[in-house]
Amino acid sequence: MNGEHLEPRPGDDRESFDASDNSPRPVAETDEGSQELAPLDETSQVELLIERGGVLRLPESDALDPDAGDAAFGAGETMILNIGPQHPSTHGVLRMMVELQGETVLRSKPVIGYLHTGMEKTGEELTYVQGATNVTRMDYLSPLHNELVYSLAVEKLLAVEIPPRATWIRMLMCELNRISSHVMWAATNGMDLASTTMMIFGLRERDLVLQFFEKVTGLRMNHNYIRPGGVAADLPDGWEDDVAAVVDTIGARLKDYDNLLTGQPIFRERTEGVGVVSPELLLALSTTGPVLRAAGVPWDLRRSTPYLAYDEVDFDVIVGTAGDCFDRYAVRLNEVRESIRIVRQILEKMPPGDYRTQDKKVTPPPRARIDESMEALIHHFKLFTAGISPPEGEVYVAVESPRGELGCYLVADGSNRPMRMHIRAPSFVNLQSVPAMLQGGLIADMIAILSSVDPVLGEVDR
Amino acid sequence: MARPGWLAGRVPELAGVPSADSAGDEVLFPSRERYVEIATALRRAGFVTCSDLCAVDYLTHPGRQLPAGVAPERFEVVVSLLSHADAVRVRLRVMVPEADPVCPTLFFVYPGTENMEREAYDLMGIRFAGHPDPSRILMPQDWEGHPLRRDYGVGRVPVQFKEAPGPR
Repeated sequence: MNGEHLEPRPGDDRESFDASDNSPRPVAETDEGSQELAPLDETSQVELLIERGGVLRLPESDALDPDAGDAAFGAGETMILNIGPQHPSTHGVLRMMVELQGETVLRSKPVIGYLHTGMEKTGEELTYVQGATNVTRMDYLSPLHNELVYSLAVEKLLAVEIPPRATWIRMLMCELNRISSHVMWAATNGMDLASTTMMIFGLRERDLVLQFFEKVTGLRMNHNYIRPGGVAADLPDGWEDDVAAVVDTIGARLKDYDNLLTGQPIFRERTEGVGVVSPELLLALSTTGPVLRAAGVPWDLRRSTPYLAYDEVDFDVIVGTAGDCFDRYAVRLNEVRESIRIVRQILEKMPPGDYRTQDKKVTPPPRARIDESMEALIHHFKLFTAGISPPEGEVYVAVESPRGELGCYLVADGSNRPMRMHIRAPSFVNLQSVPAMLQGGLIADMIAILSSVDPVLGEVDR
Repeated sequence: MARPGWLAGRVPELAGVPSADSAGDEVLFPSRERYVEIATALRRAGFVTCSDLCAVDYLTHPGRQLPAGVAPERFEVVVSLLSHADAVRVRLRVMVPEADPVCPTLFFVYPGTENMEREAYDLMGIRFAGHPDPSRILMPQDWEGHPLRRDYGVGRVPVQFKEAPGPR
């Protein structure tokens, strides 16, 4: 790439400004070029490979050959089209740049960053106790998984054990969150494919779960419920009946989804054979989650590297065969059924006991203890002013969020704030496979394909 | 996670690469020169996916624990590789000096690192030599500086009556 696109803005007299100001300024490194899809004759061979989704032209070779792409394509008139960032079908502020020949997509590039709010930087400013409030806002459709991965990472740094009931409550909430996220995906996917009924269905089912979340955590989204050391509060009285009602209702209504979409010829026409990618390409592109499983790779972190108590419940890992949009739909729909299965087992197996660890350096004392114990008062005060200080170290923890591998890399320097908090966001990584799915397809299929990847832009941009 | 020592007999190229046990995970410390070679060897040994790549700035914490033979530098590039067949992960930590924040790109071994390296460049200012599209990804393309560096202030909104000046 070159910097010719960056034209100096009017009034940009940086040269004269530098001459008069001797204070150290950040080095201007703005010559790295445009983020946009460049015209064909300015695009390098390797970049072209990415934009055409052909990074695995030589699947058996160890290294990618930059000269493998053929530049001699696109004869005739082509057009570069901007879709987004304000487009209802790009799922948030995602901007797609596609080069079209007629209606065929020749190459494409997602342009992101419109929702970047510096949450990793913010995470370094907050203490470990406050951190869960920050991460829960990243993937707003599965906030509990964000809290979970952060809490697991902090607990691994601290080397604290959490009680069994806290583990099972976390599992219950995360599986319910997976259900709500997947039905919300079904809703937006339906809307993208012009099935507004599906949108209403999905939102209706999601609301059942959110009402239960509100009862437990006080909030419908951004719960800050799973915290280092356990969960914020025990489940309310009668939670078994609420959960049973939620999963019974949703389980029964999944038949409506099948009636409406699964066997419907129009839906199948629009999704079958659309956006096919090979599992080898997806593995090379670091893709995870339902997109990878739909291509036939049985990789689910709940099964392959079990965390929480997923090795004590019985569930199937759903895989597809074709790796097209329909398989991604089918995988998610059946994962809702598996989550319902897990939730029913949790209802039977929920152990009694504490919902958070009794380690006084991690968990605040109960309110009543503060009145009678000086020690409890000190612990309470220290925990909410200074917070927790894990020993030096670095950990990487990954969980299976509804979109794929959600990882948290934490570096502790012995103080009460993380020195580095990095979230490996599945949507951010999965977006890389979109050009491979789009290439050679029709522009109308782009909407179906983008939707089938299920990017959440809050998480992509963080 | 790969327990320390799991890799030793499996990948002969790892001889001489310092390794450590970090909370039960195996961490390797290849030099910048051997980094791509080691990653290629690991990929041949079944680590087909690079699940994560990020950069860390140790400006405020230079005295961290490192195995013998690894000289601390300001920046680190941290790569997490994943083997689906064995269900193990291994982490590579590459030292990148402040004076020359350049690291070879992993794109030609793991094409999935494309976005992650762009993010590491954008937010931490590590240049990845040979990356096909080294543009910013999250910040605007005319942004100056790299926000995740430890010497880059977060900025403050001034609070009335407090008179508290911001760090920048």
